[in-house]
Amino acid sequence: MTDISHHVPDWMIRDYVGGALSYAFDLVVATHVSMCDECRARLGAHEALAGAALDASGPAEVSDGLRDAVLARLDDRPRQRPRPAAFGVFPAPLAEALHGRPPRWRSLGLGVRQCILHEDRTGSARLLFIPPEQAVPEHGHRGLELTLVLQGSFHDETDQFEVGDLEVADSDLTHVPVAGKGAPCICLAATNAPLRFKGFLPRLTQRLFRI
Amino acid sequence: MRVLIRMLNLVRLPATVTTVPPFQGGLDGVFVADRVQDGMTEAGGAEISPQTAWMIAVRDRRDRAAFARLFDYYAPRLKSVTLRSGTPAAEAEDIVQDVMLAVWHKASQYDPARADVSGWIYRIARNRQIDLARRKARPEPEDLMLDASHAPEADQIVAMAQEAGELRRALGQLAPEQKRLIEKAYLGDMSHVEIREDTGLPLGTIKSRIRLGLERLRYELKELRKT
Repeated sequence: MTDISHHVPDWMIRDYVGGALSYAFDLVVATHVSMCDECRARLGAHEALAGAALDASGPAEVSDGLRDAVLARLDDRPRQRPRPAAFGVFPAPLAEALHGRPPRWRSLGLGVRQCILHEDRTGSARLLFIPPEQAVPEHGHRGLELTLVLQGSFHDETDQFEVGDLEVADSDLTHVPVAGKGAPCICLAATNAPLRFKGFLPRLTQRLFRI
Repeated sequence: MRVLIRMLNLVRLPATVTTVPPFQGGLDGVFVADRVQDGMTEAGGAEISPQTAWMIAVRDRRDRAAFARLFDYYAPRLKSVTLRSGTPAAEAEDIVQDVMLAVWHKASQYDPARADVSGWIYRIARNRQIDLARRKARPEPEDLMLDASHAPEADQIVAMAQEAGELRRALGQLAPEQKRLIEKAYLGDMSHVEIREDTGLPLGTIKSRIRLGLERLRYELKELRKT
């Protein structure tokens, strides 16, 4: 994967490392980094910086018995939760979000399908399946929308996005993403606020399908 | 095991490393690499930090004495950072305990050629806090599977340690306002507030170093798959 040209912005890598992102954005960053050495290296750099900040933090006093308590437990069997391995076009973090099973697609009409992975007050994450050359209804958003291509490609007014590319669209952008020719486009889309679709029908669909 | 032998040859664990110098609070104490100069470990004429040497001893020899030193150095800092990020005092030591146990159990995943030990431990701590807060596993990037035969060259380890040292020096020279930004970004409470500002720190060189390590690892993994 050397030809990824749209990366995670630096502030977002920093906030991933600092733990300030929502679950949905964590998922996008972790998935992109799984596909992109450039961003893996940038994430490592931010971790080194965070490590330096940890070194420099004023230490707090710990209880007397804590060290012995930890030393006494070194031989305990570690609690390890098995983490599903990557499969198909889904890197490990997505495989985990899918509980190791293929996505259960729901139709949105016109051949477009989605699979909601997560939804709460901090945002949502879902997989989108878009047939070749099909457009996703024009929509804007209140917050940020991240779209990471896992298979195929899409383009909109701003640019062309291939496998591994991440589009970061803020609330100024009302766009019509169109899938490229060839393989259907599968992408991971995440928002930190609900999407806004233009027109009555899409709004109704939005209510029905929770997108 | 090649790593172990190589490191044992190259890394002399000095007796002096037990004494980690006292720390001043806040980011004024960022000259860590400078202050622990006495405890610096020789490796091929260059230096790695005592923390790196302890971590390698834990990974390769399951060295409990080295682990105890890591505990003495990191536990008070982890507790302080955990408290700062909004965890109730009663839970802070539980998290410190979990994190230090994870450091012991995950030691085999520590790669000194690609990660700074403090950054690696910071990551374990943040992930643990987030897992607990969300009651759900935090998404983490896919691991690059390290094979037992993967042995980073000692010079890579030293180069990585030097880059991390450079970064600490750069951090030490920042204006107070910038230091506060860094503290806010990595040590502050984990509210979902996106500050779309740059840290303004020269992360480029350490990034290149890590990238080099990654490329080498990718190459080695590819070669391994051929055999």
